[in-house]
Amino acid sequence: MFGTPLTPRTEREQKRVVLNHLLLHNRPVRLPERTIAFRHTFGLGGMSATLVGLLILTGVLLMFVYEPSPDRAYGSIEALRRNVRFGGLVRNVHYWSANLLVFIMFLHLLRTFFTGAFHGTRQFNWVIGVLLLLVVLAANFTGYLLPWDQLSFWAITIVTGMLGYVPWIGDGLIRLARGGAEIGSATLINFYTFHTTVIPVTIVGLMAFHFWRVRKAGGVVIPYSPDEDPAEKPETVLFVPSLLVREFVTGLVLVAIVMVLAVTFDAGLDAAANPGMSPNPAKAPWYFLGLQELLLHFHPTWAVVILPGLALLGLIAIPYLRYDEPMEGAWFVSETGRSLATAGALAAVALTPVWVLVDEYVADWSGWLPGLSPGLSEGLVPAVVAAGITWAVIRLAGRQYGGNRQETLQAAFAFLATALVILTAVGVWFRGEGMALGWPWTP
Amino acid sequence: MVDRRDERPVPSQDADTSRRSFLSRLWLGLGGLAIAEYVWLMVEFLRPRPDPLEAAGVLVAGPVEQFELDSVTAFPAGRFYLTRLADGGFLAVSRECTHLGCTVPWMADEGRFVCPCHSSAYDIRGDVLSPPAPRALDLHPVRIENGIVKVDTGRTRKRRYFEASQVARV
Repeated sequence: MFGTPLTPRTEREQKRVVLNHLLLHNRPVRLPERTIAFRHTFGLGGMSATLVGLLILTGVLLMFVYEPSPDRAYGSIEALRRNVRFGGLVRNVHYWSANLLVFIMFLHLLRTFFTGAFHGTRQFNWVIGVLLLLVVLAANFTGYLLPWDQLSFWAITIVTGMLGYVPWIGDGLIRLARGGAEIGSATLINFYTFHTTVIPVTIVGLMAFHFWRVRKAGGVVIPYSPDEDPAEKPETVLFVPSLLVREFVTGLVLVAIVMVLAVTFDAGLDAAANPGMSPNPAKAPWYFLGLQELLLHFHPTWAVVILPGLALLGLIAIPYLRYDEPMEGAWFVSETGRSLATAGALAAVALTPVWVLVDEYVADWSGWLPGLSPGLSEGLVPAVVAAGITWAVIRLAGRQYGGNRQETLQAAFAFLATALVILTAVGVWFRGEGMALGWPWTP
Repeated sequence: MVDRRDERPVPSQDADTSRRSFLSRLWLGLGGLAIAEYVWLMVEFLRPRPDPLEAAGVLVAGPVEQFELDSVTAFPAGRFYLTRLADGGFLAVSRECTHLGCTVPWMADEGRFVCPCHSSAYDIRGDVLSPPAPRALDLHPVRIENGIVKVDTGRTRKRRYFEASQVARV
């Protein structure tokens, strides 16, 4: 009936399965043996796709119960937890899949960068990947509001409030994002519609594009050690069973991990949203806390517009920079690359907390530079100082280890990515009442 | 009669391809136009509908004598505080923090507005006492007609600092 056997045994059958099967037709029949090693890719792209699958399955279930209006949203989540069998569990799976997705996509981006998988035919696929990350962040953000509890209401308030710092069009952006001056029923229905229609369709479409470009590039990058000749044809294996089984196992283990998280840690539900009473402190969702932390250290226009804008442009530009000798395949592309990336990451681990502490307790930019406008003294000047520190780190590492352009870029990328992780960690665990610094274990 | 058929310009290879490329560009342009129209439609549908509070316009707060000197009265329905300064002047101060939009409560015992989210503080006139708030709380225009205080919640005035000209007087 299916035209292909369910359990192909001969090599001929195994090849035919890939060619004739609806779900497998976009996979290669054969692929280089060394690309299927788990530690080459860690299966992060496949994990992301698995999580998107879980999110769609659980999201459809949640839509049967959830009512997107301020009067009923909170009550419908309460009813879901109390009166629907497995209601809380399905919500927890959705919650954990969504949060893990952001985390795993970030790791996937690191893997792609540090194996140099962005040259030649892969250039544009890197851009699609960055777009996917942005759309997934939008999915998480729009979903964050839906429970309509104090946590979600005020997190969305302050993140949309950040838009107000965009010069000239800030007020218009806030009104567009909220569907009015304040967060209310218009905000909720807009977010709900984006979350359940526009964004999922966009994600699935971009995923198909992303996978297709991977096939066009001849599969994932092939790891060569530096002394090998890339012109030599590598050993190949059949997709069925070699990669299919590995992907299947990775997916199953991931689903098991999500289940354990969902059963162990509840997504929680705060008190119902009260527009008249803000909680202390009010924090953005964790994946935007790095941004909120920047806001504590830089003039708002710099923290909200210029620095994130430059970071995003830089991220998209990575595959289009000029490399004297493009390198790809092995992790960190070379021993020099590995040393440089490690140096960049370690420098950020040491310097970012120092920056946060000095800026919190010592620095008084506008006091030191009384003649300048706040945009300069609290924006441009600290930004130039931070850029100078980054540049010095890269130069010092370069003097120590040498390295070509791509290897040097790894030091810069490792430095900035680690700094973002640390700023986010500071926002999540070390900011207490009134966003003052403190230890996570002393309330 | 002269047969002019031979004199008619023969469509050259170039003219043919340029016509074709013009047509395909036209189709491309029309497709782009259709997408732009859809995006425009979406923006129109997302455009904020009139806020009932703003549409309501003027809110009647009450007679002047009702408000003591140096006092703050909350109007939750209007999302503002009516403050009466020690000299008898009135200000309608928005309750929305200028930092990131949290709701600031009036701390009567401290005599100031303190934002619970990130600790910005404002005095009774809405002027910034401590950052991160970048500017004073927004104002709504206040009118006093026949001893009745009226606040125009439909309009919001942004300001950097408090100035004496912002105060409405009897």
